[in-house]
Amino acid sequence: MKRPEPVQVVKQRRDTALRNLVAGVPYIQFMGIQFERRGDELTAVLPYRDQLIGNPMLPALHGGATASFLEISAVIELSWQMLWEDMESPEKRDPDAIARVPRLPKTIDFTVDYLRAGLPRDAYARARVNRSGRRYASVHVEGWQDNRSRLFAQATGHFLMPTRDAD
Amino acid sequence: MSTIDDERKRKIAAQFIAALPYARALGLELVSLAGQVCEMRMPYREDLVGQPETGVIAGGAVSALMDTCCGTAVLIHPEPPSGTATLDLRIDYMRPATPGKDIVARAECYHMAHSVAFVRATAHDGEGDTPVASVAATFTVERRGAR
Repeated sequence: MKRPEPVQVVKQRRDTALRNLVAGVPYIQFMGIQFERRGDELTAVLPYRDQLIGNPMLPALHGGATASFLEISAVIELSWQMLWEDMESPEKRDPDAIARVPRLPKTIDFTVDYLRAGLPRDAYARARVNRSGRRYASVHVEGWQDNRSRLFAQATGHFLMPTRDAD
Repeated sequence: MSTIDDERKRKIAAQFIAALPYARALGLELVSLAGQVCEMRMPYREDLVGQPETGVIAGGAVSALMDTCCGTAVLIHPEPPSGTATLDLRIDYMRPATPGKDIVARAECYHMAHSVAFVRATAHDGEGDTPVASVAATFTVERRGAR
């Protein structure tokens, strides 16, 4: 039986991979979106900023900011799952996977269901990949603010997966 | 039902866009208004890129342009609501937007019901006939005193 890797080595590999994935996309930086990781589970965080407002009377988050947040959550979740596989599966473990900025899936369509007004405070999102084939993937995303069970928006999208050079 | 003239429409739309912080952050500009059709431009900017290796604008930014343009089309309808919010928006990305090109959205509020407005929109980058994206959306209709 092989000795398990030291926990710091594992954490550093995963955190570096996630950071490289997210840092490379200008629009994610423009929106100020961050990703929190627990094992392979990601939570997208959209820290509140005044520029995210769409309706200043209520005030409420802009529908386009919400759509962008959920779509980015979906794209990063899909990419992260591909990256995780390259990085963590013992038969494929690829040290270069961490350093390489992976090609992102392309959105084919994205449908946002606005359940209630987005409040002027931080928002969170988690994406679930319902189907991921070689070419297409289907992803569902849930967005919430104060209460995990009171979603303010949800979305479903289809994505074209990038061709993988290794195959 | 009240109707409004074009000058008032333009004023409403200009105020609407100027009052939206996220529309300002994206640099959205009103292009034209006619009937229940609104055209809006998003100038190309590097900080809105979603595919770093190609320079293609992020889908989310195009969605935000489309959402703003659709909402404006609802508010300039001949029977305008006093307020509106997006209920549901589906966007289809037909092709990547050409890097360096501005994107112009054109939205039409094709049906105004008592409580719901129905809108469709396309986005072009001036290259060829195929739009970059198309949208089908529904919006809430708030009527003053209808509560």
